[in-house]
Amino acid sequence: MAIWDYANPTRFLRLVQIILPWLIGLCVIAFAAGLYMTFFTAPDDYQQGATVKIMYIHVPAAWLAMMCYSIMAISSLGTLVWKHPLADVSAKAAAPIGAAFTFMSLVTGSLWGKPMWGTYWVWDARLTSVLVLFIMYLGLIALWRTMEDPIKAGKAAAILTLVGALNLPIIKFSVEWWNTLHQPASVMRMGGPTIATSMLIPLFVMAIAFTLLFFVLHLMAMRNEILRRRVRAMRLKAAATARPATVTATAQPAE
Amino acid sequence: MTGWALSLFRREISLAVRVGGSAMVGVLFFLAVVTVIPFGVGPDLNLLARIGPAVLWIGALLATLLGLDRLFQADREDGALDLFLMSGRSLELLVLIKCLAHWMATGLPLVIAAPVLAIFLNLEPVAIGAVTLTLLVGTPALTLIGAVGASLTVSLRRGGLLLAVLVIPLAIPVLIFGVSSADAAIHDPVPFMTPFLILCALTLITAVIGPLASAAALRFSSD
Repeated sequence: MAIWDYANPTRFLRLVQIILPWLIGLCVIAFAAGLYMTFFTAPDDYQQGATVKIMYIHVPAAWLAMMCYSIMAISSLGTLVWKHPLADVSAKAAAPIGAAFTFMSLVTGSLWGKPMWGTYWVWDARLTSVLVLFIMYLGLIALWRTMEDPIKAGKAAAILTLVGALNLPIIKFSVEWWNTLHQPASVMRMGGPTIATSMLIPLFVMAIAFTLLFFVLHLMAMRNEILRRRVRAMRLKAAATARPATVTATAQPAE
Repeated sequence: MTGWALSLFRREISLAVRVGGSAMVGVLFFLAVVTVIPFGVGPDLNLLARIGPAVLWIGALLATLLGLDRLFQADREDGALDLFLMSGRSLELLVLIKCLAHWMATGLPLVIAAPVLAIFLNLEPVAIGAVTLTLLVGTPALTLIGAVGASLTVSLRRGGLLLAVLVIPLAIPVLIFGVSSADAAIHDPVPFMTPFLILCALTLITAVIGPLASAAALRFSSD
């Protein structure tokens, strides 16, 4: 099975070294094309004017915010069910990236809301559920930061991620209960998209660019996390061999 | 099976209500939160009547969160948690019984105190009944969701604040449907039963998810 071949961190790092330059190149090309289309070929909206261009950042960021949580949920399953050694590294590396994308979609959304709705923030269904998602990301990051042992922290965070994944649809549904200003979904809905093709193509290219950016950052963060854990293991080893007598005397009780 | 379950339940209840337990402190905190609201928003009785159900629900949520960090931590400190883990009993059932006892000791007093506090907030008799009923159905869900957070933070020395941050997003649906069904009973935008039945469903869902996730977290925290 391919996914088990890369359970070995060294082999995984070698793969990352091969893939990463290509991925970075593709990401740069996609961003160049997407940003060019956004600024020069995509038409202004007849009502919203140039502010509609915020959409090309806002919508992909919001998609990524949700995709990132799905990847974390799958990684958490990998940690708890299949005990894949890199699954908790993947989940841990994805959390700050997901939080950043969620923050980006919140900020661009409120900047877009100011000229359109006349206010930076409304307590409507989608904004509120994205805000809740943001808090959940930060809570997960905080949980990781409070536990010293990365394996134990990974398992605790995996449980919380899965409980959150079960709860997210419920939260979304309950928040929609007191629905207000926000327009109904216009891309992902039955009967095809309702925005013009000339706007849809740049949006699609930007979505691909953002997804590539996510994978670049995710692989880099995973690599860094593996290296960080190696440094940690080396330090523990060095501390244990340097002065064994004093170390055993002051050894911390294992949690 | 019923023998050990009943004795565990009795142990939890007596630990909670005797000296050193914190069963009544939650109610005092609830009273303090509700008392402080009029100082924040002003003593306008009409406004208080309108936001009364929400105030009572938020007070109950905060009071529940306050008591949760001791749910498993005390057992971990005196070694009882290790005995639970090694007893060979179903850990999920054990967590459920502990949650039930914890709710009887901390959640039920909140529900009983709610009608009295509702009078301070100028609620009408129908509203008082509705809020009390929704709290009776909804507070077990808060305890069960909180049990997940409590077992995740059991090994941390100061987990209380983190616990609140982890649990509050998961408790939002309970809060929304609790408050909206209480509101529906007062001035009906929707029939009372719709949000109320969803609230009942949420409590039942958390009765499954809570013990499962909490037991898994307790197992991982020990090894």
